[in-house]
Amino acid sequence: MQSHLLLLATFAFFVSLVFALLAKDEPREQLRFGGTLFAGFLVAALVLGWLMYPFPL
Amino acid sequence: MPATAAEQTHSSSLVLLCVAAWAIPGAGHLWLGRKATGLMLLAALPLMFAIGLAIHGRLFPFELTEPLVCLAAFADLGMGAVYFLASALGYGMGDVRAVTYEYGNAFLIVAGLLNLLVVIDAYDIAVGRK
Repeated sequence: MQSHLLLLATFAFFVSLVFALLAKDEPREQLRFGGTLFAGFLVAALVLGWLMYPFPL
Repeated sequence: MPATAAEQTHSSSLVLLCVAAWAIPGAGHLWLGRKATGLMLLAALPLMFAIGLAIHGRLFPFELTEPLVCLAAFADLGMGAVYFLASALGYGMGDVRAVTYEYGNAFLIVAGLLNLLVVIDAYDIAVGRK
């Protein structure tokens, strides 16, 4: 497994899952919060990635 | 004022609960009757840790001369028994040449830190704050 995007999504999934389990009690709330968090992680990573694109290493 | 026997028993069981929750991810929640949450944590956190090992992450040593390495070692230790099992089996050597090395470290460190959050959550539930 060497795909950065896949690793990023996997990492975001686990972190969102644990945060959702800890922060909310009802399964429906957990699903909603976890989904929002997961989407937020992915969108933030992609946006930051594109913002950093012009900068040289 | 000295603590009563009931209070002492309660604090001992709280300590036991926290140690169990640290040693086995999700065990604290299972102990407190939150079976679904406990089982999901029991599956998710060791799996995240195992992925970190599989993609060549490193279990950092306790080098006091290197503060960041030492902090990472403490974070890894947050996984409890899984950490000791992985160390005993010789996993976690890390391969700095692997393209996934840093990702592996992130998985290992964050899995340990998340387990520490889980311990705190179990404690909060046990004392009735949640």
